[in-house]
This record gives sequence, C-alpha cells and structure tokens, in this order.
Amino acid sequence: MDRSEVNEKVLSILKKYTRKDDVWETASGDSKILEDLQINSARLVDIMLDLEDEFDIEIDDETMDSIMTIDNAVDAIHAKMKNQ
Amino acid sequence: MEHRRVVITGIGTVAPGAKNSEEFLELLKEGRSGIKFSAEQEEYGFECQVAGKAESGIDLNDPILKYHEVQLGNDFIQLACTAALEAWKSAGLDIPEPDSEVDYRTGVVIGGITPGTDVIVDKIAPLIKRKKVRRLGSQIVPNVMPSGASAYLSSIFAAGAYSYSLNSACSTGTDSIINGAASIWLGFADRMIVGASEHYSPYNLAGFDSMRLMNKQWNHEPERASRPLSNTAHGFVPGSGAGILILEAHDVAIARGAKIYGEIIGSAVNCGAQRGGGTMTYPNKDGVIRALNTALGYSQLTPSDIDYINGHLSGTVADVLEISNWRDVLKLGPGKFPPINSTKALIGHCLGAAGALEFNAMVLQVENNFVHQALNTEDIHPEIEGMIGREAVPMQRLDKEINIAAKASFGFGDVNSVIIYKKWKENA
Repeated sequence: MDRSEVNEKVLSILKKYTRKDDVWETASGDSKILEDLQINSARLVDIMLDLEDEFDIEIDDETMDSIMTIDNAVDAIHAKMKNQ
Repeated sequence: MEHRRVVITGIGTVAPGAKNSEEFLELLKEGRSGIKFSAEQEEYGFECQVAGKAESGIDLNDPILKYHEVQLGNDFIQLACTAALEAWKSAGLDIPEPDSEVDYRTGVVIGGITPGTDVIVDKIAPLIKRKKVRRLGSQIVPNVMPSGASAYLSSIFAAGAYSYSLNSACSTGTDSIINGAASIWLGFADRMIVGASEHYSPYNLAGFDSMRLMNKQWNHEPERASRPLSNTAHGFVPGSGAGILILEAHDVAIARGAKIYGEIIGSAVNCGAQRGGGTMTYPNKDGVIRALNTALGYSQLTPSDIDYINGHLSGTVADVLEISNWRDVLKLGPGKFPPINSTKALIGHCLGAAGALEFNAMVLQVENNFVHQALNTEDIHPEIEGMIGREAVPMQRLDKEINIAAKASFGFGDVNSVIIYKKWKENA
C-alpha cells in the first residue's frame, strides 16, 4: 500500500470523529488532530483502534503519543507496514 | 415555607407508538395501544412475549447532534436527546451554540434504571474475558453511567446548574420531576430539564419475567395484554421511551412570555422502609397514604378538587391496593371518586421512564380536556368497581375540563412519589 492510499484511509477514519464538517475546508497534512480538526481528545483511543483494524497493525502507546498531525499518523502507519 | 412557583413550559415524548408529543396526544385520544409482539422475547424464551418498543427516529446527521456526538450514545441517551430537543423547542428556547457561555441557572436531572446493560453484556464482558481490555475504547463509560443522558443534555443545552441522574426504580421518572422542581423551589436553578429514559433491552426485562411479574397470558393479543384495573390482569407489559419536561420558575417563565402548560402545586416522596407489610416489591400501606396526604396537604386542596388521577396501576395484584389507598385518602366512593386511568394500558410499563411518560400523558390530557380511555378494563376488577364505581374508570374517552390532576408512582424498594398538577390559567 503506498502512502497516498494510507493517507486516504486515515482521512476517512478521522472524518468519522470530526464534529464539524467545515474543519475539513482548511485541513492539510500539517493539521493537528485535536486543535485543528477539533476532535474530542477522548476519541484518540477509538481512532487508534480503527487504524489498527484498518491496517492490521498494533499501535503502542508511545507511537500514539507521537501522533499529533494527520501526516504524523500517515507516516507512523506507513513505517509500521513497511517493517512488517 | 414560601417558595418560588414551578411551572411547565416544555414537553417532549418518545413512547411506544408515538415519536413525539403530537403523536402521543393522538394515541391517548384514540386510546390506541403501542404494544406489539416481541420476537426477541420469544427467541430468548421469555414467558411474556409482548412489549412496547419506542423508536426515537432521531436524525443523527443533524449538525447540532453531530457536534455533540449523539451518534456515539446508546438508545437510552438517544431517546433522552430526542425527547429533550422536542421539549426545549416546545418551550420556545433556542439551542445554544457549541461555544456559548454556560448557563449556570439551568440544570438537568434525567433518570434511568439500568441504561448500560447491553454494553456490559455485548461489549465489556466478551472483551474482558478475551483479555482485550484496551480494545474497549472511549465510549464504554459514558454508555454505562446512569448520568450519561444528563451529560449529553447538559452539553447540548449548556446547562450548568447541575447535571446528574436519579434512580428510584419505577418511581424514577416522577422523582426526577420532583427533584427538578425542588431545585427551583430552593433556588438552585431557574430552569430544569427533567424526566427519564428507558430503552428496550431483554437483559433489563429478564429478571421481571423470572419473577412472574410480566403478563404471559395475552401473547396472542398484544394490544390486550396490558390490563391495569382488569380482573384478568396477570402482570405488567414492558415498555420503553423517554419523557422530558422543561420546568421553570414562574417568574422566569412570565418574564420571557413563555407558554405555560401548568403548575406543580404539590408533591411528596417517601419510602415505606419495607415495614408494615411492605417488602422490596410490595408497598407499606402507611407509606403510600402518607405520601398521598402530604402531596394533597402541600397543594392545599380538598379531595373533591381532584378532577383526574393518573395512577401507577401496572396490571399486577397491587392495583387493588393502590385503589384502596386512593379511596382511603380521598374518602370518596362510587359516584364521587374522580376519573382514574393508567397510561400503562396503552404504552406498557416503561419502568424508569414510566412516571415521566405518564406525567406527560397527564399534561397532554389536562391541556386538551380529556381523560383517555382505560383500555382493557371491560372486565374491571370487582373489588375496584366496588370501591370507586365503574364510572370512575372510563370505558371510552371522557371529554371534560380538568383543572387539578394527580400522578402517583411506586417502585421496588417500597418507594412512593406523588405530584399534584394544576392547569395554567392566565391571572389564576
């Protein structure tokens, strides 16, 4: 799976958890998941579970803590998939 | 003690056979049953295979509901949100923006008995047993906490006076209304979102079926199965739904020119403490009589002032005792006893939400000048007929003006709750 496919799937998962549609009008890879997408911080664990299911990987707490932006998530998943 | 008057300015309902208060009013007017055959109860081997299942019809794509993540809430929460949004709108209030200031003068108390059983059985238990705790995710806790619905509503309506749940078994809904009214009386709040929600779940009903408290003899005729006051009542029929009211301090409602439905002019709660013949499941007569007398005393009424009673009357052996208690307190016999019915005949016993939904039924009847048909009382219990007369239990809808109405609820744990309600009249 190439990076753009990973990116597309990550976005579709994040879209499940945004509370306002207009946050996507200005979203980019640098957008912060909590601040810019305004996702409730409690949802981070649900997002990680969805990502694990989607990409058949395990995301440890350290990796989870390192994911701030959309690109952080895509890069972390891409790296884990390449290492498997 | 002088205290602020409490009025009702908004009403919201989701009941079996009715998605909102307008449909509920039609159901009441027609004396129509919302009880149907339940395939789940048949599949799981219940003796009772009928139920009243409320469907919220909630639009989860509504931007406000999406912002507050109502789609992540369980049926208990979604039923409460649906009824509360209707109540809030009917009170003529605007839904606050998500970033609005907190309104520390509006509070929430939404009751519920066991809102999270489905989550416990279907998600928590299987995952824990497979040692998959980390896969439970973020929605387990809000969906098992009894204050879950209150938490959602305080978020949607920016209500910050307080937000909690209340649980007193089948008195829950009525007690939530009384608790909200008391908060206004005492000055804790100016406005309260009150009521209760009960979602349909076989897990919540199984214990009652095992106790032989649910009616198993009318599975072939669901609409005839809920039979309060009848000689052939053999237990209650389970229901579900949510009834929510907006209570306001009288001065606040008047100042904003709100439509007022009526006023809570008296109430009482107590517990018979399982003495004097009372048990976990059966009332101490002395406790019930004290509660009824106390509510009447607070309202400064005489028994003949009561135009209508919405009883607890669930279709069990306790119906006869309840009627004898009302008769002993009011000291009115056949020909004098006010009309009485049980909304459970139409929608079943909605357990935690019963008192709230039945209170809504009372408000709608008072507002529209009728007493709904006491469905399935064609074979009225002879002892009940002897005590209060056939005419007090209307076989057909009774169109009449109601100024004063009484609502009682009783529950497991020998708990009693009574509210006296007065129709609103300008300058009265």
